[in-house]
Amino acid sequence: MTTEPIALTRKDFESDQEVRWCPGCGDYGILAAIQFVLPELAVKPEEMVFVSGIGCAARLPYYMNTYGVHSIHGRAPALATGVAMTRPDLHVWVIGGDGDMLSIGGDHLSHALRRNVNLKIVMLNNQIYGLTKGQYSPTSEVGKVTKSTPFGSVDFPFNPLSVALGAEASFVARTHDMDRKHMMETFRRMHAHRGAAFVEIFQNCNVFNDGAFGGLLKKDVRADMLIELRHGERIRFGTDGQLGVAVNEFGEPHVVAVADVGDEGLLVHDERRADPTLAFALSRLSTGPHMPTPIGVFRDVDRPVYDAEVQRQLVAASERSGPGDLAKILASGPTWSVD
Amino acid sequence: MTVETPSDPRVETLDRVVIRFAGDSGDGMQLVGDRFTELSAAFGNDLATLPNYPAEIRAPAGTIAGVSSFQVHISDHDIVTPGDGPNVLIAMNPAALQANLSDLAPGSTLIVNGDSFAQRDLDKAGLTQNPLEDHSLDAYNLYVVPMTSITVEATKDLGVRPRDAERSKNFFALGLLCWMYTRPVAPLIEWIESRFKDKEQVLAANLAAFKAGRNFGETAELFDHPYEVRPATLRPGNYRNIIGNLATAYGLIAASQKANLPLVYASYPITPASDILHELSKHKNFGVKTLQAEDEIAAAAMAIGASFTGALGITGTSGPGVDLKSEAMGLAVSLELPLVLVDVQRGGPSTGLPTKTEQADLMLAMYGRHGECPLPIVAAKTPSHCFDAAFEACRLAIKYRTPVMLLTDGYLANGAEPWLLPDLDALPDISVAFATEPNAGTEFLPYLRDPETLARPWAIPGTAGLQHRIGGIEKEGIGLDGEGGSGNISYSPENHDRMVRLRAEKVARIAHDIPGVEVDHEDGAQVLVLGWGSTWGSIQAGVRRIRARGLPVASAHLVHLNPFPADLGDVLRRYPKVLVPEMNLGQLSRLVRAEYLVDAVSFTKVQGVPFRAAEMEAKILEMMA
Ligand code: SF4
Repeated sequence: MTTEPIALTRKDFESDQEVRWCPGCGDYGILAAIQFVLPELAVKPEEMVFVSGIGCAARLPYYMNTYGVHSIHGRAPALATGVAMTRPDLHVWVIGGDGDMLSIGGDHLSHALRRNVNLKIVMLNNQIYGLTKGQYSPTSEVGKVTKSTPFGSVDFPFNPLSVALGAEASFVARTHDMDRKHMMETFRRMHAHRGAAFVEIFQNCNVFNDGAFGGLLKKDVRADMLIELRHGERIRFGTDGQLGVAVNEFGEPHVVAVADVGDEGLLVHDERRADPTLAFALSRLSTGPHMPTPIGVFRDVDRPVYDAEVQRQLVAASERSGPGDLAKILASGPTWSVD
Repeated sequence: MTVETPSDPRVETLDRVVIRFAGDSGDGMQLVGDRFTELSAAFGNDLATLPNYPAEIRAPAGTIAGVSSFQVHISDHDIVTPGDGPNVLIAMNPAALQANLSDLAPGSTLIVNGDSFAQRDLDKAGLTQNPLEDHSLDAYNLYVVPMTSITVEATKDLGVRPRDAERSKNFFALGLLCWMYTRPVAPLIEWIESRFKDKEQVLAANLAAFKAGRNFGETAELFDHPYEVRPATLRPGNYRNIIGNLATAYGLIAASQKANLPLVYASYPITPASDILHELSKHKNFGVKTLQAEDEIAAAAMAIGASFTGALGITGTSGPGVDLKSEAMGLAVSLELPLVLVDVQRGGPSTGLPTKTEQADLMLAMYGRHGECPLPIVAAKTPSHCFDAAFEACRLAIKYRTPVMLLTDGYLANGAEPWLLPDLDALPDISVAFATEPNAGTEFLPYLRDPETLARPWAIPGTAGLQHRIGGIEKEGIGLDGEGGSGNISYSPENHDRMVRLRAEKVARIAHDIPGVEVDHEDGAQVLVLGWGSTWGSIQAGVRRIRARGLPVASAHLVHLNPFPADLGDVLRRYPKVLVPEMNLGQLSRLVRAEYLVDAVSFTKVQGVPFRAAEMEAKILEMMA
């Protein structure tokens, strides 16, 4: 690939298609953040592939002036794996919703993360099925009343970041659709990571699940409800920085008043810890939008990257045996000739 | 050490023989069957094989359920099937005898391991009497050979424990058969030496057992004299022995080379297709990337992703996997990207008979997707033909930007035959050019088609200016009138109607790009036997028998099942009677009846094994009456 500097703008990443989400949908802000950040990343539109499954979020590739495949419900991480393993030179982003990635596609998501395929997986979590008009999703809270659960859902939900960490993801982060700056910073970090990256975005579906994250994201509560994780810094939040996260005698993080433990009593966030235990525990600090919830990068570690390893074996095989000679292979083993 | 092939003056020459090795699945029958086959291939016989093994990894030892067998037909002339029943049956235990005896014609040779007929062995096989003692085997040339004890005796000085020594008894049986049919043994000894070179004692024991088997034949005076089956006069050229799955793998590699596209094969382990994955995984220096996916669905999706980026994406499986991949096949039809799905058919429905053959996925290949979702279908007819069929499937997929189904089956996958090695240089160039430039002024329209093939342009990521988005939602495609082609989402009723017809037309036009039906006609023939897939051998054998009676009959075999060759209707209407033998309940016969309104007669068998030549002969005779 060429290395000459490229001066691209947001426009270079916009397709000519009319964006068709419901007015007020959180997806607009997410699309904008992506289109804003890409010119910074020194990536050419033709080197990018957006792969999606099915759902409202999965329409996003149509709005990008890049290569794109809008595939089958749930299968985007698998299709994208085929793209990335064939062409390690490409930047492959996978876009989907919570139903797409954690219900019908939970299998593919976890295996793409486990393999550490060089994919940037962005899951727009709105805790509802939007495209099919309002059924509860695998991230909906227990008791959720929807068209398919008129008496309230009795399903226990997935915690997406816990799932990703349990699936050995090497990069895990969370952001939300109300903060373009934070989204862009999260995408920058995601892009810089080699290997499978998983980003959850709290996304508002104003038609079928309006305000699902209101308890966290309303302007007046954010400071006390969002815990911004910063690598190497003590985890501290609150309007006046009066709250923080400390670890108890069992190694479990919990929210504390700084006044009670002192600054030195707070946990220093280390996203590069090889062991995912603490990141996992942080992902479970909150059980819903009624509790202070961490955002930012939970984990960012280096692991062998699948497509690079596949390529390495190919190169090694060619060095070992030279380029393939099919005639030689066909004639290997016993042959005989008839005159 | 060497063992010389005896030059026994009493050797009797046979034109062909069918041998079946049968034992417990732990007895190594597939291994010695394979070895006997390789020896015979290298010797120059024509041959065909029929391995038959249980689906359970380890059924209880000594039971009927655990019986594994390997049948090999060797001859001095061109043959087409593994033979109806064996002329010689080797039964390593009572269960193997019990399971296979019904296939053995009276007067045939039966060799049993006399050491394994103790009361508990009989119990395990569910026998109340010892068949070696109750005269129930009087109709056969029965040889009772204490294989286990001779093997133990022959290996006792090697320091091998008796229990381990017993496991070499399959090599004793092989040695005995090699003497009986005067096989050249040097290649086998070399094979044993290299295969077991890291297991010194096993090597020594197997070698000793093999030699003991040969010596037993020569000295025991039990057998009157050895036989020989001379090399067959096949078409001149270089030959090797090949099984279908291997030929499929090689055909895919050849296609990747002739298309100048990297091969990406994504698959999930499944019997009887896994060997294709195993084989392709070895050939990384060809640029072949293999991926063992998390499931069948993912494998298909991965192959599509590979094709989107400019590779030859292939996925392989058997029936249950095809069910799961059907949604992805629909996507590939909609995306119009090259993709080959290899279906190594096995007995169904559901898990069915995983290790047995069947050809009951034709309708699945034809119609097994929602919506109007046509795709080309290519079927292999013999183990070595899997190479040609795989190559052809790739050619069509690449040229027409369409998913293609390649049908083989369990019999082809594991069956062996000599293969006249193809001249790779003579294979056609099947490469196509990627799109590099806008195709409509300054714009790139991904669904603007080639007016002849109706294939859409293949623009791969990395190509500046040709960025485009494709997906499973109906897209605005160009019509035959030249309108449209943007590839944008379109819910227009007229556009959908046009796209449905275009996708069908694209596949239909392939009929002009494939050879016409090759009819093996005889003057006066009133019956045409029409087949597809692995029934080729059985049909040929049946037809030969009819002709040997001096009666005329015609036959034709389809490699392309969708679209059919353009002249198939004319061919069928030329014959008053058409017989369609299939290992299903009449799938091809239904297709040709529907397509051509001919009164094709269906002849079916779904027992997990190919038709016998005798069955085929009888049915054709019945048709002629
Ligand atoms: S249904 Fe909800 S998620 Fe979907 S576009 Fe409308 S607001 Fe957005």
